[in-house]
Amino acid sequence: MSPAAAPRLTGLQRQVLFFYRRVIRTVRTLPRAERGDISRYARNEFERYRDVDKKNYQLVEHLMRKGARQLELATDKNVSGISFRQLQQPA
Amino acid sequence: MLQALQGLKRGRAVIPRAAEIFSRVVSTSAPAEVAKVNASASKPALMREFQVYRWDPDNGTEKPTYKSYNIDINSCGPMMLDVLFKIKDEQESGLAFRRSCREGICGSCAMNIDGRNGLACLTKVERDPNTVSKVAPLPHMFVVKDLVVDMSNFYAQYKSIQPFLKKKEASKIDGKEYHQTKEDRTKLDGLYECILCACCSTACPSYWWNEDKYLGPAVLLQAYRWIVDSRDDFTQERIKQLDDAYKLYRCHTIMNCAKVCPKGLNPGKAIQKIKQSTHGGVPI
Repeated sequence: MSPAAAPRLTGLQRQVLFFYRRVIRTVRTLPRAERGDISRYARNEFERYRDVDKKNYQLVEHLMRKGARQLELATDKNVSGISFRQLQQPA
Repeated sequence: MLQALQGLKRGRAVIPRAAEIFSRVVSTSAPAEVAKVNASASKPALMREFQVYRWDPDNGTEKPTYKSYNIDINSCGPMMLDVLFKIKDEQESGLAFRRSCREGICGSCAMNIDGRNGLACLTKVERDPNTVSKVAPLPHMFVVKDLVVDMSNFYAQYKSIQPFLKKKEASKIDGKEYHQTKEDRTKLDGLYECILCACCSTACPSYWWNEDKYLGPAVLLQAYRWIVDSRDDFTQERIKQLDDAYKLYRCHTIMNCAKVCPKGLNPGKAIQKIKQSTHGGVPI
């Protein structure tokens, strides 16, 4: 891709992309059986906040910190497995 | 009961009959309840404004704000935690804050009240109706929601000083307690009381600017607690670990830590003792 065609990203957007890459790379180090669930969950979380304003740095940074904490938990040696539940939103 | 005490004073115990004791037990609770009902009925409402920091990351579009709540402080407990409970119960069920013991033992409810860090359960509410109280999360900490902050960095730093008794293989006594002289035990007074509420660390400007590298007053106080413990065998290693331009020497004796500590401890003094210990190589 030529430099002109590349989308101009803000520093924060680049950080988010780097973080997503870090998630995928770290998940690859996990046992094969667990990978699918965690990477799908990570993808869902990124998709859920896709429309967040790129200038809302407070929220974006908060979500990245939250994600980093979750990733740390998922790759902790003492954690044997993770399961996900889809919770119904109360009406 | 008074009668019994007087009897004891004169050297012979007067033991009231069982029926008498029973009637007294019944009568102690009843007047107190009546008094309580009378108090809340007779006292006029005393409305006061409280501004509480609100931010909910799940409601992505809204920016952090101070929201005002008017509370009748005469129908509520005397502490800031009581006010927060009243707001949560009656006006804003979504308000998030940490609390557990409500008596200054757990350190969960640390927050910034009227510009000063403290435990909400130990901070009295100003009675003047014309004043406005501002309640915010601990300064310079990442907010998770409303008054709840992310303490993971603080706990990771606490973990890094290895806050537990470490013995060398040779000095292990099988299955017995590790004894300590009374003098050695008194060295731990003023250190062991720390509840790790993070009031001091988050009041420290040095910690604000270097929270990634500087350990902060709370953690250094704990580090000193294990350095002076006579039962610990890794004193030298502990001192060596702390002898660092950032970890320890970012403390410039600003002493905000001692000013805000809700338990009345002095982390600044403990840090000074660590500094002296690093120079002499022996715990002071």
